[in-house]
Amino acid sequence: MSIAWYLAVSAIVFSLGAIGVITRRNPLVVLLCLELMLNGGNLALIAFSRMWGNGDGQILAIVVMTVAACEVCIGLGMIVALYRRHLPIDVDELRELQG
Amino acid sequence: MSQVLFFIAAIGVISGAVGVVMLRNPFYAVLALVAHLLSLAVLFLLLRAEFVAAIQVVIYAGAVMVLYVFVVAYVGDQTQPLGERIGAPGAVGSRLRLGGLILAGALVVELLIALLGTGLAAIDGKGAGYTPGPEAFGTPAYIGKLLLTRFLLAFEVASFLLLIAAVGGVVLARRRHGLDEQEEEDLLVPMDLLRPGSAGTMAEGVGRR
Amino acid sequence: MSQTTYGWLVLAFPLAGTLTIAFARDHLPGRSAGWIGTGAIFLAFLAALGALLEMQSHAPEHRQMVSSLWNYASTVGVDAQMSILVDPLSVFMILIVSGVSTLIHLYSITYMNEDEGFKRYFAYLNFFVFSMLVLVLAGNFLLLIVGWAFVGAASYLLISFWYRRTTATRAGIKAFVINVIGDVGLVLGTYFIFKHTGTLDFLRAFHATTAGAFGHGSDDGDLVAGCMLLLVGAFAKSAQIPLHTWLPDAMEGPTPVSALIHAATMVTAGVYLIARMHPLFELAPAAEDVGAIGGAATLLIAGSIALVQTDIKRVIAYSTMSQIGYMIMGVSVGAYAAGLFHLMTHAFFKALLFMGAGSIIGAMAGEQSLEKMGGFRKVMPFTYGCFIVGGLALSGIPPFSGFFSKDEILLVTGERGGWHWALYVAGYIGAFLTAIYTFRMIFRAFHGEPVPEAVELKAGTLHHAHEPTNPATGEVEDTDVGFPGPFHTIAERAQPMRVAMSILALGAFGAGLVQIPKVDFVIDDFLAPSFVGSRLYQTHERSGLLIFGVVLGTVLGLAGIALAYRVWVQRPGTATAVRERLRPLYELLVNKWYFDELNDALVVRPAAAVGRFAMGTFERVFVEETLVGGTTGLVRAGSAAVRAVQSGFVRYYAALLVLGLAGVGFYFLLQT
Repeated sequence: MSIAWYLAVSAIVFSLGAIGVITRRNPLVVLLCLELMLNGGNLALIAFSRMWGNGDGQILAIVVMTVAACEVCIGLGMIVALYRRHLPIDVDELRELQG
Repeated sequence: MSQVLFFIAAIGVISGAVGVVMLRNPFYAVLALVAHLLSLAVLFLLLRAEFVAAIQVVIYAGAVMVLYVFVVAYVGDQTQPLGERIGAPGAVGSRLRLGGLILAGALVVELLIALLGTGLAAIDGKGAGYTPGPEAFGTPAYIGKLLLTRFLLAFEVASFLLLIAAVGGVVLARRRHGLDEQEEEDLLVPMDLLRPGSAGTMAEGVGRR
Repeated sequence: MSQTTYGWLVLAFPLAGTLTIAFARDHLPGRSAGWIGTGAIFLAFLAALGALLEMQSHAPEHRQMVSSLWNYASTVGVDAQMSILVDPLSVFMILIVSGVSTLIHLYSITYMNEDEGFKRYFAYLNFFVFSMLVLVLAGNFLLLIVGWAFVGAASYLLISFWYRRTTATRAGIKAFVINVIGDVGLVLGTYFIFKHTGTLDFLRAFHATTAGAFGHGSDDGDLVAGCMLLLVGAFAKSAQIPLHTWLPDAMEGPTPVSALIHAATMVTAGVYLIARMHPLFELAPAAEDVGAIGGAATLLIAGSIALVQTDIKRVIAYSTMSQIGYMIMGVSVGAYAAGLFHLMTHAFFKALLFMGAGSIIGAMAGEQSLEKMGGFRKVMPFTYGCFIVGGLALSGIPPFSGFFSKDEILLVTGERGGWHWALYVAGYIGAFLTAIYTFRMIFRAFHGEPVPEAVELKAGTLHHAHEPTNPATGEVEDTDVGFPGPFHTIAERAQPMRVAMSILALGAFGAGLVQIPKVDFVIDDFLAPSFVGSRLYQTHERSGLLIFGVVLGTVLGLAGIALAYRVWVQRPGTATAVRERLRPLYELLVNKWYFDELNDALVVRPAAAVGRFAMGTFERVFVEETLVGGTTGLVRAGSAAVRAVQSGFVRYYAALLVLGLAGVGFYFLLQT
């Protein structure tokens, strides 16, 4: 398959992740959809790396994965902390920062 | 052959993604993501990124998703209907859902146009040539060499970032006052009488008796 | 020292006086503020004398000197400088102003002795003298306008000196508003002059005018317009018809203020203005004629109103208005020296009359109505004597000073010929009226049966009112600051008052000797260098009209006194009978020819209506609701709209992020 197909898949996955971030109310699922978006980006990176034939894209994909792991760690830590304080696990309810 | 594999993997990827977005039970959503990740690893393999594919399975699907499973289990089953109720009851939530769908649809169209409509001739190709060997494109040796030469700074910074994230995670999720929390809940369940003292439930572990 | 240095000193001393009293007022013991004020003006008088001596030591062609202290700006062709012009005319004026002011300050020290606002009074009075000196010494239109405006302000401050009296504050506002109309006229007139001559400096402007800046004929449109506007200013300041209504009300101020401002100095500023601007006026005969007619009309109308006034100060006020009418008429027909001579003599005898009025009002414990006075002749001999001297001078009886000056004005007027004969006749009718009302006042106040206050005084005690009241409205006042208080004094008991009045009496008597027709021409010669180039300035020439005028003047004066004596002393009921017979005429005169009502209908009511409209409709609808309300409403709506974005919902923000991303992508897609 030409690289274009992979890029198409990447675009679709990215948009699906975006829909999920906007639509879901459970912060856990929002984080999952965020992972989707990151994965979409990763796929594009790997595809381009294959296209050019050097490993830059793959290295970047590894770094992205690292960052995603860190972010998940922190995000889930926050959700646990929320749960511990008996706060609602609902992004709509958590809106103290409003104007 | 590789085309068939590509399509199977692509379908897996997209259905996993759809599942994450659509499934109401967060546990099922996590499982859908795991499926998505494994299919993505197959796609990576098709693109000759062996090491990255392995990393994807071991780290991403292996460690990160396990973490997710733990937290979902802990937080509980907060099944909620999809996308309603932003603020006041009414049609605002569905408005957001609709708006979000439209926006994301616009986004995907744009991205497709951008990616596929460029004059980049190589997209229609199958990529640069591939010569198998011990340090061929995509092998661990190849990646390792890159990491330790050209991308040394990124490597080191990423490891530092992991350290910070670990510390942050501990700080966020720790108990504040030890096992004896000053909580108002003094309800004693009959099961408490039967529970052995040394072992504890998760609730006890976080200070809730 | 040169004469201009003396000129600056003349300005510096009163300014120093006012600033000292104003800033050190908490540290001045007792009545020292009064002495400081008097001393400052006396020093100014000495400096004026120095300027006089220095000036006279030069040849006549070199007696006009300009000195500029500071150049404000010389942009856009406007030469704005702080410059004074020291020449015979201005030295004449500063001598009169500072001399009479010194005496009035001296008088005020005892007159205002126990007033709560003693220091404020002297600060204001010094400020007024400073302003008047600025006006008279100004060497260009700019400083003239500054002095003009300051004098108006000082007049306002002093008229409403007893500021808790509503009548006083209203009178102050009335005076100020009418003076502002004059200020506007002055400034617009200056504009017209400047437009053609291109300079604000007096000497340069006059030179340019005579050299043809306004064309070579006479009565050029712009010049006439400029001179008419200057006349508006002169008429407002000198209380001529139709801008005269403020002067009688200005009698609300303390009597020394009336003496200084409204008799001797400020009201003569208009006369000075016309005399100073003579090169302009001589090329605009139309404006001159307007001035002459205005002056003549005023002297008749004011004289007639004075016949029926009952407030002693108002009689003297209308008398002032009338005499200034003479002066305005004089300088408008070209009798510059005569008009200014009359200014000098008038300053003496009018200030004297006001001082005497202050004394008798003191004896009446603040009561000013002639109807309540009588029989003070024997108990207040000094005051009576001063009144007689001043009254004879005012009526134009030789050898008192007023006779010489008034007759000279009328002489020159008659010599102009043509339609000026009407002014000549009007002048003599006015002289007859002057004698009548002056001695009516004197006889009513001093002759006849002694009123209770006089009887008290004879017994040795000065009458004090039971509770202080406003003499005009009768409302009761307290003795705190802002009201005159219960203290009154009379000349017989206060040494400074007597000194001041005596000096003025000497002046009223003897000042005429400097300009006896055909004998000596001191004033003519002295002022000649200021009027070089004037086609109307006459020196040393007098025709046969002289004898006729002298005799006629004396006869009319004596006839007036005799008539007054008969009506008010010999046959006391005559006045009432005449009043009944000529009821409509009496009503006209008592209502001051209805000028106040005319002003009210023409100006005050429309202005009040405009103000009500502006306040109620325009301000409310346009400014408040549309401009202010609209702007704030717009801002509020805008911020409310923006605030809606900050909802706090994470999903919303995420949606916005995606929107932005899509937008940017779209933009870049369009680029390719």
